[in-house]
Amino acid sequence: MQVEKQSVSLTKQILRSISEAGLIPLLAIVTAVVVGGIIIIIVGGNPIQAYAGLVEGSLGSTKALSETAVWSTPYIFAGLAVALAFKGGLFNIGAEGQLAVGAVFSALIGYALPEWLGFALPAIVHMPLAILVGMLMGGIWAGIVGWLKAYTGGHEVINTIMMNYIALNTTSFLLNGVMKDPSPTNVIARTPLIAKSARMPAIFDGLRVHWGFILALLAAFLIWWLLNKTTLGFEIRTVGLNPDAAQYAGINVKRTIILTMVLSGMLAGLAGSIEVTGLNYRHELGFSIGYGYDAIAIALLGKSHPLGIVLASFLFAIMRNGASRMQFLTQLPVDLISMLQALILLFVAADAIVRYIYRIKSKGERVVLTRGWGG
Amino acid sequence: MDFKRFGFITLIIIVLFSVVVMVGQAKQPPLLIITSMLATTIAVATPLTLGALSGVFCERAGVVNIGIEGMMLSAAFFGWLGGIYMFQIYDMEAGISIALGVIFAILTGGLMALLHAVLSITFKVDQIIGGTVINILAVGLTGFLNRQLFFGKGSVFGGSVPSSPGVLPTIHIPIKELFSSVCGASTACLENVQAINRVFDQKPIALGAILLVFFSHYVLFNTRWGLRTRAVGEHPQAADTVGINVVKMRYANVIIGGMFAGLAGAYFTIESVPSFEPLLTNGRGFISLAAMIFGNWTPIGAWAAALVFGASQAMLINMQIFRDVIPPQWSFLQESYIVGLTPYILTMFILTGIIGKTTPPAADGVPYEK
Repeated sequence: MQVEKQSVSLTKQILRSISEAGLIPLLAIVTAVVVGGIIIIIVGGNPIQAYAGLVEGSLGSTKALSETAVWSTPYIFAGLAVALAFKGGLFNIGAEGQLAVGAVFSALIGYALPEWLGFALPAIVHMPLAILVGMLMGGIWAGIVGWLKAYTGGHEVINTIMMNYIALNTTSFLLNGVMKDPSPTNVIARTPLIAKSARMPAIFDGLRVHWGFILALLAAFLIWWLLNKTTLGFEIRTVGLNPDAAQYAGINVKRTIILTMVLSGMLAGLAGSIEVTGLNYRHELGFSIGYGYDAIAIALLGKSHPLGIVLASFLFAIMRNGASRMQFLTQLPVDLISMLQALILLFVAADAIVRYIYRIKSKGERVVLTRGWGG
Repeated sequence: MDFKRFGFITLIIIVLFSVVVMVGQAKQPPLLIITSMLATTIAVATPLTLGALSGVFCERAGVVNIGIEGMMLSAAFFGWLGGIYMFQIYDMEAGISIALGVIFAILTGGLMALLHAVLSITFKVDQIIGGTVINILAVGLTGFLNRQLFFGKGSVFGGSVPSSPGVLPTIHIPIKELFSSVCGASTACLENVQAINRVFDQKPIALGAILLVFFSHYVLFNTRWGLRTRAVGEHPQAADTVGINVVKMRYANVIIGGMFAGLAGAYFTIESVPSFEPLLTNGRGFISLAAMIFGNWTPIGAWAAALVFGASQAMLINMQIFRDVIPPQWSFLQESYIVGLTPYILTMFILTGIIGKTTPPAADGVPYEK
């Protein structure tokens, strides 16, 4: 009897904490939708029709649902990447570059490795290898920034952005040069198609949703486990909350900073690898653009909690996937979505505004990222 | 500006110039290459200089601003759009439309900065996140309006981008005319003077940016306003105790900073080329920040650092001109993607602090709580 009562109150407690944590993001979304609607009216559109188009285009049929899952897959990985860095007190604006690097290397392993070896690899080796290499390269790409932060104090915000441009330039160079698809009809900067043995199978016949989606959900669980149930997770969170205290407590702060960035980059690299092996079967220039900022918005909207990130990724996937239906119904440009997302981010980041509008008292911890420029 | 840093800047600029001269001397005389490189350097350093000044004002007052990129982008769009509206819809003269466009750009920068100020000073949002919000908002807003206004249903411009009133004119500084009597009949001398004259024949925003560097230096270090700005950035509590309104000073400086970023935006679409494309700022707002840090939060130091980035971009432009005479062993210089990496790698290198430690204002990024 006693035990049952306790467990009920525990469930209640968990439910309450979820509703409290989710309240501000939910209100932020509502506010952004209202403000977005006003903007649609100003530019001469019909907001109800537009939003209906979004929902219909993304949730209206089995195929639409499958596409929403496809869209959400890279968002979950990239969102987790940014969130993990947030937990470690680091701001990774470089998910975009890490994703591109991961995608390029996965594609390279996917199409060129059998040629180099001279024999076809079995799928059980080839596909995981392609994903693994992409993931590791993403980790190294971010790890450089982590190393610079730990040992020279170079601020990760500017360095990750610079690494984005370096990644973009280098992939442009490769995709227009040695890695360009040699087929005579091709004029696009893209790699050849990867071998069949490197491709991830679809979950259902006839739908595009692939096993990468399941991997993304698994990754979300693993990150939750890492952050909350392991020593490394504890160290990452401690360094994120107060590096001086962490140092005093005997945590190797430099090592933790580098590890956090590497793990974050690995997740972002996975976002690219999974897109290559599961969906596009090649890397095309420009595919990565925009994911970095979307990932930041998702991480903030999900309050850096893995479950929140999965939900926020679904929301962003719904908007992206439903956008073309919305455009078809209302002739409003797809770019409206970017603005809606910016508004959501504005209201989530500035939760003080939302609290002010809806008269909610503030409590709980805040993310602290601004810690001077080092140098 | 310490000796080490100044030496580094001079060294990098000399190296970049030498490479171009070595490659290009097969095609053009060295003096002509150097002067045209200098002219390009000053021109392309303009948005970086103004962006860095924007950062200096914000951060000297204690507010970190990584939203400069977004402020530039939105100012570039709305300045250009304002010019088009004045020119096409209100039938104003091209010159007036261009001037109004510049004003629109400056006001847009100020407005975006006001948003940043509200977020970071009043609502005490983490300033890095606030700046990121500005950047994402600018991308979304300009992308959406660019498509909707020109190609959307019922667009006033009928489904196409109308011609803009044009770009700002070059201001001719009459060095050539002054020296023509000194040179007399010597054509070689005249040619040299003309080559040198090209360095100074810049457009108004480029020239204005240089004047603003020295003006900002004077304001920050020789006026009461500057002293108060630095006080709220170093020790807001102390400033408050002696009666300085911390919130007001921070708001004012962030908005002034935004206006600088707005002018930088005007450079892209009103001074350089008369057109807008999404994401045209291409990271230059962030490079400005690196220039500000390397210049140790001083206007003149930031300008010198911006010139380094300008020189690396000028090298990229000139390498395209001398593409056909690049010696085979230096063929990598033909690859614009590889040469284009220079400013980004330079930025990361500078941020390591190898060339001397920099000290940000003590209260930079810390919200003021009474």
